[in-house]
Amino acid sequence: MRSKKGILVSLLVGIPALLVSGCGNRLTVLDPKGPQAQTQADDIMLSIWIMSFIVIAVFALLVFMLLKYRASKQSKDYEPPHIEGNPIVEAICVGIPVLIVIFLSIVSVQSNNKVEATPQGYEGKAPLVIYASSSNWKWHFSYPEQGIETVNYLYIPTDRPLEFKLYSYGPITSFWIPQLGGQKYAMSDMVNTLHLAADVPGEYMGRNANFSGKGFAENTFDVEAMPQSKFDDWVKEVKATAQPLTKEKFDQLLEPGHLGKATFTGTHLDFSPPPTAENGGHNHGSSNSNEHSEHHNQ
Amino acid sequence: MDFFHRFAVPHPNPAIYASMVAIGLTVIAIVAGLTYFKKWGYLWREWLTTVDHKRIGIMYLISALLMLFRGGADALMMRAQLAVPENTLLDAQHYNEIFTTHGVVMILFMAMPFIMALMNFVVPLQIGARDVAFPRLNALSFWLFFMGAMLFNISFVVGGSPDAGWTSYFPLAGNEFSQSVGTNYYMISIQIAGIGTLMTGINFMTTILKMRAPGMTLMKMPMFTWSALIANVIIVFAFPVLTVALAMGTMDRLFGTHFFTTNNGGMDMLWANLFWVWGHPEVYILILPAFGIYSEVISTFARRNLYGYKSMVASMVIISLLSFLVWAHHFFTMGQGAVANSIFSITTMAIAVPTGVKIFNWLFTLWKGKIEITTPMLYALLFIPLFTIGGVTGVMLGMSAADYQYHNTMFLVAHFHMVIIPGVVFAMLAGLTYYWPKMFGFMLNEKIGKLAAWIIAVSTLLAFMPMFFSGLDGQARRMYTYSEATGFGPWNMVALVGALGLAAGFVLIVYNIYYSTRYASRDISSDPWDARTLEWATHTPVPAYNFAVVPQVNSIEALWDAKKKGHVLFKGKYEKIHMPNSSGVPFIMGVIFFIWGFAFVFAIWPLVILSTIGIFACMAHRSFEKDHGHYISVEQIEEIEGTETKLRGAN
Ligand code: HEM
Ligand SMILES: [Cu+2]
Ligand SMILES: [Cu+2]
Repeated sequence: MRSKKGILVSLLVGIPALLVSGCGNRLTVLDPKGPQAQTQADDIMLSIWIMSFIVIAVFALLVFMLLKYRASKQSKDYEPPHIEGNPIVEAICVGIPVLIVIFLSIVSVQSNNKVEATPQGYEGKAPLVIYASSSNWKWHFSYPEQGIETVNYLYIPTDRPLEFKLYSYGPITSFWIPQLGGQKYAMSDMVNTLHLAADVPGEYMGRNANFSGKGFAENTFDVEAMPQSKFDDWVKEVKATAQPLTKEKFDQLLEPGHLGKATFTGTHLDFSPPPTAENGGHNHGSSNSNEHSEHHNQ
Repeated sequence: MDFFHRFAVPHPNPAIYASMVAIGLTVIAIVAGLTYFKKWGYLWREWLTTVDHKRIGIMYLISALLMLFRGGADALMMRAQLAVPENTLLDAQHYNEIFTTHGVVMILFMAMPFIMALMNFVVPLQIGARDVAFPRLNALSFWLFFMGAMLFNISFVVGGSPDAGWTSYFPLAGNEFSQSVGTNYYMISIQIAGIGTLMTGINFMTTILKMRAPGMTLMKMPMFTWSALIANVIIVFAFPVLTVALAMGTMDRLFGTHFFTTNNGGMDMLWANLFWVWGHPEVYILILPAFGIYSEVISTFARRNLYGYKSMVASMVIISLLSFLVWAHHFFTMGQGAVANSIFSITTMAIAVPTGVKIFNWLFTLWKGKIEITTPMLYALLFIPLFTIGGVTGVMLGMSAADYQYHNTMFLVAHFHMVIIPGVVFAMLAGLTYYWPKMFGFMLNEKIGKLAAWIIAVSTLLAFMPMFFSGLDGQARRMYTYSEATGFGPWNMVALVGALGLAAGFVLIVYNIYYSTRYASRDISSDPWDARTLEWATHTPVPAYNFAVVPQVNSIEALWDAKKKGHVLFKGKYEKIHMPNSSGVPFIMGVIFFIWGFAFVFAIWPLVILSTIGIFACMAHRSFEKDHGHYISVEQIEEIEGTETKLRGAN
């Protein structure tokens, strides 16, 4: 029996260790390429360390109790005492978790403010605003500043804050590029803002992370981060070669189904604007008053 | 033709046809068997019309075990589908139906009735009561649960299963995106079962508050009764929210209202809020009684009183309050802003403190004990490390900024299975093994039981630990397939091995039941585990009236102190005992509710009206009925107690 327990313990303790060492770096979420994802990865690693400490403490206590107080280890006439409790022990059992929770709460609140604001280190720069909307089962990306629109792929400049405006032409979806930062919902009755930035050029996976029906598994998009100059070249090329996006064309794109990638000049924002307060009109208690007015008066 | 067309399954495949045949054959076999062995009368008199809380408990237990296998079959299919990249075993639609029904069946039709089974069987015995406060209502609660479960289960052979997830988020669950009747089934079958649960909540709250044996003050109640009381208080506050949400959802689907649609002023987030205002407390309705079971089991087999009784009670009260203050952690990513997220983040993490207190109290109950590892104790001991892993990952999820990365991924799926399987499922298996002798008069085989416990524990790790990694690697939940390039393959293959191991463990438990039914000794005492609380102070099997003489209690561990300190539990002599009569009405009402639900699912309005009248007729019948129950005479009691005493020795 004890050897089984030994295996169990080494398995359980070994796993967080394994995660943290070696193979840890390859897990997508723990391989951040932007400040927001970095904040999140740091929080995750911090909490894994603290939580491993708790898990190990519980294991150690359990193993100790089992080794020491098994019936087979004691005399036949041993009568366990009646113990109601002990204020000192209970103070420790409450106190340490309280301290841990307070510490994690402070970290969490700070990180919340970071991920809900312009990424750190990018404050001075004007953000690139991209409208990301989903329809069954595609992603539409409008670049109002550049006057272009893409379907199912996203080109972004590095070293510039990105402000995604998220909404949906169907069920709730969730816009997620794990290596740049965590997800946020896109809904048909409101516009959500997600602040991201890419530090490193490269290709990243993006997807809808919220179940939205039959085509959900393939509801993905490719992200390519590149230096500003390359991004500008791409925009120029799109302007020179792509077809304009008409209302008819856009309505056609909204039909349920999958599509490859597509590129257009112009955006759908004029003839098929994002949701406004008329439909949604609800208020999620956003801390950012700026975001709020956008939410309702887009 | 058009009429029948609606009952056809929208996405049929061989598995569904095979199940239809299997269901048909099973029904025929049951009917034939009952007729051949002339058991209809017995079934009707002893089970379908019973108002005895012990029998109702056993019926809950059987339903829960059946549903465990239904939900388990779904789980195996999912794991098989995901085991290799680009698998074509299931298509997207079928996968969506399976994870939806798996989630609903496991939470509402497996875990809930398992808890109800233990609560029904144990609580009245543990508080020294003859029955629950409203025995007939209790029978009705069971039949509503059962008919709700059956209605949900026929969905995959008549009309099609729901496919919008067990959370059924709108607008996906609305008519526009879910056109089959599947979501109607979801709304209405959960509604029917939920009404049953709400009535159970009221019934047990009353029972525990009003029917305790003399001397059993609140702070002398055994821990399982405490946990049941708090769970029932949560039920009474949480289930009405579900009732309202489901009613609104039903109206959206059937009457064209727009509560949750996103045009005409509807709000999809309203559904998410209402669902989780019920949904989060719901997990505590499941876990608190499980904690109660562990408390009983651990103190029995550590041969010691429960350490920190008062802090155990206090932590449950705090958990029950906090459970209503955290629901928005299920949608940190809905755009509610940093302030709201911070508040819900802190309340969520705060729950870790009282939960931690409980873990440490169990550990300190082992301290200076004389630990004996029986099967129920083995489950309890395995629960502690596994649940701790589930619990700490819950704290990780509670950090909302980080949750942006975990949300909707396999990390979350791993977390809640690591909480709910060691927490709830292990507790039920522990409770099942622990109370089995009281229920059926023989013990389950310890060797097979322990082997099953080990297999289930190791398999749980194999099945769910990989999901933490694949989640952090970007595997979203509810994806029916993924490409080779993602690298999720190996993680999911390990998870399949774990799931197969779990299946093997559950089959072994069934084998144990079969084996022990055949070979176990029937000559056991009424207190085979040398336990500490009142439920073991009466005969095995328990007579209809539970206790011939109402016990007098003056400590938390009444039976233990009677055994060790010579407290006298049963003072006074036999008197005639008043008992409620059996009644067919709860069962009939259940059947009418089933028809009502079916008619609603398919919008067959004449039948809806007819069955509604039927329901009110049953209620009217009850109000005009003169039924004062019956008495068990002193002679009868003497006879029962006498033979029992002769047969098994007094206790
Ligand atoms: C017995 C072994 C079990 C296995 C192998 C298993 C496996 C799974 C899998 C693979 C998923 C879906 C992942 C996805 O595609 O999103 C899932 C979802 C789920 N499971 Fe289990 N599960 C098991 C037991 C349980 C139990 C005991 C419960 C509850 C009491 C439960 C509750 C749920 C819920 C609520 C969901 C979410 C459904 C949804 O996404 O709508 N499972 N499970
Ligand atoms: Cu909104
Ligand atoms: Cu929750």
